[in-house]
Amino acid sequence: MIAYLVNGLRAFFIYLGQVGVLASETFGSIFAGRIRWRLVFDQIAEIGYGSQLVVIVTGAFTGAVFTAQAYFQFASLNMETAVGPVVTLAMFRELGPVLTGLMVAGRVGAAMSAEIGTMKVTQQLDALRALAVHPVDYLVVPRALAMFFSMPLLVIECVGCGVLAAYYVAVHVLGVEAAYFVANMVKFTDATDIAMALIKGFFFAGVIVFISCREGLNARDGAVGVGRATTESVVLCSLGILIANFFLTMFLNILFPAGQR
Amino acid sequence: MNTPVLEVRDLRTSIGSQEILRGFSLEVHRGETMVLLGKSGGGKSVFLRHLIGLMTPLSGEILFEGQNIVTLNERGLEPVRRKIGMLFQDGALFDSMTVFQNVAFPLRERGERDDKVVFHRVHEALGLVNMEGHDHKMPVNLSGGMRKRVALARAIITAPQVILYDEPTAGLDPIVSDSINKLIRRLQKQLNVTSIVVTHDMTSTFHIADRVALLHEGKRYFLGTSADLRSEQDRVVRDFVDGRSHGDEG
Repeated sequence: MIAYLVNGLRAFFIYLGQVGVLASETFGSIFAGRIRWRLVFDQIAEIGYGSQLVVIVTGAFTGAVFTAQAYFQFASLNMETAVGPVVTLAMFRELGPVLTGLMVAGRVGAAMSAEIGTMKVTQQLDALRALAVHPVDYLVVPRALAMFFSMPLLVIECVGCGVLAAYYVAVHVLGVEAAYFVANMVKFTDATDIAMALIKGFFFAGVIVFISCREGLNARDGAVGVGRATTESVVLCSLGILIANFFLTMFLNILFPAGQR
Repeated sequence: MNTPVLEVRDLRTSIGSQEILRGFSLEVHRGETMVLLGKSGGGKSVFLRHLIGLMTPLSGEILFEGQNIVTLNERGLEPVRRKIGMLFQDGALFDSMTVFQNVAFPLRERGERDDKVVFHRVHEALGLVNMEGHDHKMPVNLSGGMRKRVALARAIITAPQVILYDEPTAGLDPIVSDSINKLIRRLQKQLNVTSIVVTHDMTSTFHIADRVALLHEGKRYFLGTSADLRSEQDRVVRDFVDGRSHGDEG
């Protein structure tokens, strides 16, 4: 039992080390200026533009259902107008970044692992290396830059859609007074909440891109291996986002304390 | 042809628990075509991959122009790799790029921005391997032989000093095989390219080889010219050259 635990911990730290090394190589390449801007823009289109539908739908329906649930609870306390700030704060501080991260991990992270993994098992990565092109420079750097650029924007988009949906459901479906909804929302929300969403989006971008690329770069055993890498990428990105979210929340709450308005 | 461009000394490597190379040594001189023969699964492709730093040996030295590349990291290998072209067994074309983009890739990566120059050189390279007119096809729409020829065009477009060929004629019809053999010869004569060719094709071997090495049980078993190979009477060498097995008679 203890040996099993020790081996598990050892494997975990080795994995963490591999992701860390990949991240440091990537940032090293970025700071050394080894950036292929055309590939970066291609990836921004793939990650940012291609994720629009999934992010909008996720944000809107999360905002809508959270509003409905909050309303049903608050109505019994005659606090219906508190729905606005509660939903908005939750969307900015937790739901927006986490749900966007999970959806992007499923859509983009899986695609990254599958694409890089297929290149690995079909010797295309070896061909890149043989042509004196470093796989990190060519494959990871553009994806990392595109993710760091796109994710914060996608998070804000998700939150925006959630808040708009919350307004619609609260005001037009459940009958909350629009003026109170907006006034309370503005009163209890400030720039630190937006900063929190952006910072979390930025960190989750790193979690997704480095885990997904690490899985793809280490794929082996043909099509089965690529499938395994893709599945593991989605699972590990999702777990990574949920775990990182806890620590980020604790840390950011020190920087931007809630309830100090 | 007297300067060794590549020297391999006592190379040992294993994959998993299986020892593939057990002290393999070889010298390849500038401008010569060295053919490496050996059984399937005997470590010929593994040997080629070591020469360009795609694999790291357990021990031994690989000297390229006097520099031991075994000790170099991935970044340090880049200048060496710019001087070496490699044709992979299955081509290893980038499947998200067209034929044109694949062949243009090494030029673009080395900073060539002039579209006219790229267009001209890509068509020149495709012409050398009889693949003109297929520019816009994706690799998935090419036959195995066509993929290999496009990969060869990609390997030679930057005019490397050394070209490593992993079974360049496998899966090709005899006419295309002959054109590849002639191309290898022409690159050697016109550009003084050094070639190391892994093959099972004896016709190709006798056509292109200046010298031939036979890899047997992880070691160099034979080294000599094509003429030496023809006249060699050793049973292992003869079996390989004549394509003779010693299994049950059918």
